[in-house]
This record gives sequence, C-alpha cells and structure tokens, in this order.
Amino acid sequence: MSVIADAFSAALDMIVRSDATLTEIALLSLRVSGTATLIAIAIALPLAAWVAQTRSRAREPIILLLNAAMALPPVIVGLVVYLLLSRSGPLGALGWLFTPSGMIFAQTILIAPIIAALARQTLEDANAEYRDLFTSLALTRTQRTKTLLFETRFSLLVLLLAGFGRAIAEVGAVMMVGGNIAGHTRVMTTSIALETSKGELALALALGIILLSIVLIVSGAAQLANAYLKRRYV
Amino acid sequence: MSDVLIQLQRVSVVANGADLLRDVNVSVRAGERIALLGANGAGKSTLLRVIHGLLAPTSGEVKTLSHLAQAMIFQRPVLLKRSVIDNVAFALVARGVAETAAKETARRVLAACGLDTFAERYARTLSGGEQQQLALARAWALTPRLLLADEPTASLAPAAVHAVESILRAQCDSGTTLVFATHNRGQAKRIATRILFLHEGRVVEDANGENFFASPKSIEAIEYLNVERA
Repeated sequence: MSVIADAFSAALDMIVRSDATLTEIALLSLRVSGTATLIAIAIALPLAAWVAQTRSRAREPIILLLNAAMALPPVIVGLVVYLLLSRSGPLGALGWLFTPSGMIFAQTILIAPIIAALARQTLEDANAEYRDLFTSLALTRTQRTKTLLFETRFSLLVLLLAGFGRAIAEVGAVMMVGGNIAGHTRVMTTSIALETSKGELALALALGIILLSIVLIVSGAAQLANAYLKRRYV
Repeated sequence: MSDVLIQLQRVSVVANGADLLRDVNVSVRAGERIALLGANGAGKSTLLRVIHGLLAPTSGEVKTLSHLAQAMIFQRPVLLKRSVIDNVAFALVARGVAETAAKETARRVLAACGLDTFAERYARTLSGGEQQQLALARAWALTPRLLLADEPTASLAPAAVHAVESILRAQCDSGTTLVFATHNRGQAKRIATRILFLHEGRVVEDANGENFFASPKSIEAIEYLNVERA
C-alpha cells in the first residue's frame, strides 16, 4: 500500500513542479491528438454531410463501411499504417514512420470514421427536419450543407470532443507507428504503458492523472455543451 | 391566360402503391384565395407539395409561370435554431440579399406580423401560434406571388388562429395569391374565394366559396359538410 501511496505522492509532486519530461509528453499528446482531430473533422464532416443528403447508390455501402470502421481496433490501424509508412510501403517516401506525423496519420484514420458515422446520423436527422424548408427556399447544395452544419453545431461539438477523447486515450496505433521514442514520439498512453512495465509508477501515475483530467475536462465540456443546447434551444 | 400562375394537367401521384392524387386538373390564377377541403388523406397536402415542387408527379404536367416567386408554410412550422429575426433574414440572405438589408426587411415584416417585440428571442421558444406567425413572416419577406399554406392553423388556440388569419389576409391584400389546405370550414369561408374539394386524391368539386357551402354538388362534399356540421 505504501508503494502506491509513495508513487501517488511523487506523481503529484511532478505535476505541481511541472516536471519537464511530464510536460513534454503531455504537450506532445495534446498536439498529436488535437491535430488528428482537426484533420479528421475536415475529412469527416463534409463526408457526413454528403452522405446525409445524397440519394446515390454509394450511400448504403459508405454507411456500412463507416459504421464498421467505428469499431476498428487501434492495433489493426497501427499495423496498416506501419505497413503504409514503412520504407518499402507505398507512403514510405514521406518518412513519417516513428514521427509525430505518422502518429497523427494513424489517429486520424482511427477517429475520422467515428466522427463521420455519428455526424452522418445527426445531419441526416436534421436534414429530414429541414429538407422541405430548404427546397422551398431553393437553397443550393452548399447553402444546405452550411446550414445543416450550423444548425447541428452543438450536437457536432459533442461528437468532435468524443473523437478527441478517443484519440488521446488510444495506445496501440501510436505505439506501433510512433515507436514510443523518448523526447520524440512518446505520448501519455505509450509512456504510461512503458513506465508501468519498468516499475516507474510515479511518472506513470502522474501521466495517468493528467490523462484522466483531460478526459474529464473533455467529457465535462461535452456535457456543458449539451446542457447549453437544451437550455437555449429547447 | 397570362394571369394563370400554375396549371396542373392530369396530375397523378402514386406512392407505395397508393394513389395520392388522381388525374388532377387545376389552374391557379393571380389574386385567387383557394381553400383545399377534404377529409384526412384526401390529397390536400400532396397537392400543395406538387404545386410547390416538393413532390414530383408520377404522371401529368405542372406548368408554372416562369420565375414565379412562391413560398410555402407547413402545418408544423420549420424554424431554424436561431433568433426570430435571423430566421427571417436567413431566407433573404439565401436569396442573395445583403445581410444588413435582410435584417432591415426582416424587422419591417416582423412588425407587420406583430412579432417585432420578439425579434431577438430564440425562435423555438415562441408559442405554437407565434411560431406559425414567424413562418408566415419569413414567407412574406420573400414577397411571393403565390403562397401555399398546409393547414396553417391546425391545433392552434383561437387567438392564434385569428392572428395567423390576419397575416394571411394581409398578404392576400398585398397581392399574394393564396392556396391553403384546411379542415376549418369557418376559415375557408372567411378567407377563400374558391374551394377545391378533394376526395381520395380527386378534385370532385371546384366552386366559389359561397356556392360550395350553400349548395355542394357532389355526394362526397355533401357528406363531408354534414359530418363537419355534426
């Protein structure tokens, strides 16, 4: 019991004095997952908006793929991205393997389908509500899409935060693609796994506390956004 | 026939094996106030949707005067999650009106519809009647030559019905042609100059308001009016 108490005390001490290693790892995690979330949004929202409005034959297969991709195991994503980015792989020339860029790439693949699938459902429901109005007002496709995204902004914000939460909590893909190199590609989750296996519980616990805090803040923000939406727009 | 805004020729609509409209021939002339009457499922809403272009006919032809500005309001007002004024301005901006001018017009129209005090409120917090008034204001802002209204006062309180009817009449007085579906016979009498009575997807009677209510010709219309009276 004292081992855990000692580790916890050391962890709090590291957080309080903003330990350099701890800060570097936390900031890299935020940078990688934040960038991956932004790129995933740029890909997922237009795709979701298109699928939500189209009557194309491709619609049902795309929905099937998106829904299936929501359950993609991170290690499978890690393996595929590793193969793509490896020197002999089709994207080997980018030189992204064992770099933060490679990790961003992997996390984007992991969370873009989640955001797209959930956003598609939200946008489709909104489209069903507004379709007649949009047609009546003779809105163009672009105007419809912009309006749908604006009208669902709070619901979408919750999805985006969920996507970020999934990215920052993920360990398998970033471990395989990033290589968990100290000072270069070591993020919170991979570091926690490594430090725990080494018995360095203080750093693992400190990172765990920060990770949990971030996840709590993200969940809290999602909850607040939802509450705000319900209060303001009934 | 330059005053004909819309002409439906032998229009039929079939959906999921059901005949929603059958062989409908109707012309809408400028300045008319047409009430669509009939039981539930008679085809009133379908006819409005076909006229407005929300629904393509399965067969037949809809001839529309070129560049005919038209607007439609629905039984359940479809409002955006924005303020009252932004709901009206949105429709104008979508038509290419500059934001400032759109807001100015929106304020003027809201005042005409008795909603100016609610301009900054969020649209979805309004009462049912006020929401329908807002939908009408948004339609009015577009200065349509033809306004279509699908049971605009269904399930509204009498005061709200009065408010909505006042706006409808004001729009008609400003030169807008009106086609509306209703179950409210009194409303049809108060507003309409012409009645189209539908039964099972067919227009079985097309008469001016007074004649229709005084001496309906078709058995279906007689039965409908008797049921309504009872």
